[in-house]
Amino acid sequence: MTEGERTTAAAAAPALRPESYLEGDHGLRSWLLTTDHKRVAILYLISVTFFFAIGGLMAVLLRLDLATPEGDLFQDDTYNRLFTMHGIVMIFFFLIPSVPAVLGNFLVPLMVGARDLAFPKLNLASWYLFNAGGAFTLWSLLRGGVDTGWTFYTPLSTVYSNTWVLATGFGIFVTGFSSILTALNFIVTIHRMRAPGLGWFRLPLFLWSTYATSLIIVLGTPVLAVTLLLVVAERAFGIGIFNPALGGDPVLFQHLFWFYSHPAVYIMILPSMGVVSEIVSAFSRKPVFGYRFVAGASVAIAVLGFLVWGHHMFVSGQSVYASLIFSLLSMLVAIPSAVKVFNWTATLHRGAILWETPMFYALGFIGLFTLGGLTGIMLASIGLDVHVHDTYFIVAHFHYIMVGGAIMGYLGGLHYWWPKLSGRLYNRFWSRLSAGIIFIGFNLTFFPQFVLGYLGMPRRYHAYPPEFQVLNVLSSAGASILGVGYVIPMVYLLWSMRYGPRAGANPWGAAGLEWRTVSPPPTDNFTTMPVVEGPPYRYPVPSETPT
Amino acid sequence: MWELFPEAASTLAGKVDRLFFFSVGVTVFFSGLIAGLILYLGVRYRRRSVDQIGEPERAATALEIVWCVVPLAISLFLFAWGAQLFFEQSRPPAGATTIYVTGRRWMWQVQHGSGRREINELHVPRDRPVRLLMTSEDVIHSFFVPAFRIKQDVLPDRFSVLWFQATGSGSWHLFCAEYCGAEHSRMTGRVVVLEPQEYERWLEAGDRAALPAGASGEHLFEALGCAGCHRGDTLAKAPILAGLFGSTVKLADGGEVVADEGYLRESILFPSAKVVAGYQPLMPGFRGRITEEQLLELVRHLKTAKNP
Repeated sequence: MTEGERTTAAAAAPALRPESYLEGDHGLRSWLLTTDHKRVAILYLISVTFFFAIGGLMAVLLRLDLATPEGDLFQDDTYNRLFTMHGIVMIFFFLIPSVPAVLGNFLVPLMVGARDLAFPKLNLASWYLFNAGGAFTLWSLLRGGVDTGWTFYTPLSTVYSNTWVLATGFGIFVTGFSSILTALNFIVTIHRMRAPGLGWFRLPLFLWSTYATSLIIVLGTPVLAVTLLLVVAERAFGIGIFNPALGGDPVLFQHLFWFYSHPAVYIMILPSMGVVSEIVSAFSRKPVFGYRFVAGASVAIAVLGFLVWGHHMFVSGQSVYASLIFSLLSMLVAIPSAVKVFNWTATLHRGAILWETPMFYALGFIGLFTLGGLTGIMLASIGLDVHVHDTYFIVAHFHYIMVGGAIMGYLGGLHYWWPKLSGRLYNRFWSRLSAGIIFIGFNLTFFPQFVLGYLGMPRRYHAYPPEFQVLNVLSSAGASILGVGYVIPMVYLLWSMRYGPRAGANPWGAAGLEWRTVSPPPTDNFTTMPVVEGPPYRYPVPSETPT
Repeated sequence: MWELFPEAASTLAGKVDRLFFFSVGVTVFFSGLIAGLILYLGVRYRRRSVDQIGEPERAATALEIVWCVVPLAISLFLFAWGAQLFFEQSRPPAGATTIYVTGRRWMWQVQHGSGRREINELHVPRDRPVRLLMTSEDVIHSFFVPAFRIKQDVLPDRFSVLWFQATGSGSWHLFCAEYCGAEHSRMTGRVVVLEPQEYERWLEAGDRAALPAGASGEHLFEALGCAGCHRGDTLAKAPILAGLFGSTVKLADGGEVVADEGYLRESILFPSAKVVAGYQPLMPGFRGRITEEQLLELVRHLKTAKNP
């Protein structure tokens, strides 16, 4: 069908709803060989939910074990493998792909007004690579797992560990390429496929943060790949790189590892920041305050993120002066982060605020991210970091960013765009209830860990002195509440796909190109390709029939 | 069963706590500000009719500059404070007593200047600066005493230095803070702070026989053949080592180096790395031929012996 024919057809029969991407060909084959970005997003949704369930189950087991000082549930070895695999699964197979590969895949073409991503086949290939890497990692888990910590510090990982380091490392290596392909697709799509009139400063902020994230992925992931290959070279072939007994330097590994893994923190949080910008604007029905500053802050975070890796190494024995410079540069990250938080808050001023489920998650994100970010400033201050480094204070800090931030943003986004994705509305009562349960469970799990950390409880400890037990029990109780909070959405979202009322094109009355097509969108996204005539977030939204 | 704040038992602890309390103040203030604003604005501007929209606002550059500059100022202040504290943490005062620590999966071995040794315990005098010279025999460990607010990674094939001055008598937790494998959480012990006179008595008492016969630095110096060349007389083929520690050494390549523990270590393992002016690089390297403990013993011997 040509463009002209489609327009004519739509004009001739306006009541006829175009076939959605979920309808049409139903076969397994049509899903496994799809190049439709929306179907790939659904495939990714299934994959990351699966890995989230595994990583979450491990977290619950870890917290259960930590309810007693002696860790009566598991042996030391089992505990060490569990926390290692929890970290690996959550970081590489859930947090990094969650928002970009699910929401990003679904939304980037819709938000730029295109029919698909620039390279639809690469997009599908990325999903296969992701699952191949995931399968490899799960296989090594079933064979006994790995016990080095997700950080793979040398020479523990290259010489002393007798677990499945190579298999797990290979799984992560392969999965890295799926991130790279996704990021490459987003960069090219945002550069080349924007609708007529959609200039850079008319892009929704979700695209700004997705773009910044993609840059980090493309520049950083190869360094991780190289580092993993060097670990293989030393462990499998005895080539001395990190092991001092072979003339290597163990601290070199930490530099290489954190050169990727610190920016990876921003890979995980930036996309959720983009989601929060969209939700805060939509549920206040006004543009994001200081749009250009919020957009610029995403890029600033991406750039600065590459310059601060040494703050993970203040007590590693790196030079005092290197530590000072890394401390100073780390402080600078506070500025773009603060700019975002203040602008989101200012957006509420004179808004028309609706307390819907996505807004609960977005506002929860802002509060928890603020606390996570400010404790990050404490850690960047070297004199303080020396005491709390490698304690539960760090564990609490990064879970505030990763769980309180990244996962809150992901769930908020999932609830915000679910009507578009599925065409259905979910239950308001249950969705608000579970958002509340998650907020309470999260804080009960992780706030006591700040206290534990300053008291001096080291992280990755299977057994701990009895005076730390009360705080650990509080944390474990919180984890069980958090677990319940995460199960409820899986139930009512699936339920809504069959029994939920139809959503209509724009149930929230939100601005944005994605709300101007029907829900769920047709395979080609728009029946007539959109033209953009103004800045984003313009209210009132014209009440035209979806195109 | 239940405590909320760690005891402070070193000269540094109170300083770290002050920085901590200040940062907690900043954190509480801004978190409270943001949470309060969100709740206030969220209720004040709640949607009152279905098709109500918000009022768009013009960009306020002045406001944006304010909330760039305020976080910048606060974080630079915290940087400066933390940096100043870090200098203090990383520079042991002159005259500190050196104690040798070896980390090994999964225990801490400690050796005092008198030769007294202990495992998973560290006895130190109160109100005296103590400097730990630490190394690892296998993977990376980290020496962490929460009550002193100090921590330092302990690396294989390298000396790491940590110092403290205990102010509170008693027994304090010692943890390994860098994950080191199966029994990482059991690589713990205690630091026992004694009154100075008590510590002196403790040093001289006890079973120095815990050191296997022939493992002392004095014995190793003979047994490894060091004494053959590093003799105290004029026939020596190698530099005289008496009084070497702490002095400035002129090197064959024209440079100079202060003879600290790191230099002694390097010169035993890789003698040709820094050859003393006027001597030939004749000495064999001892890398792989002696253990970390033997190396520490030799270094201790070279530091203390008047005439090795």
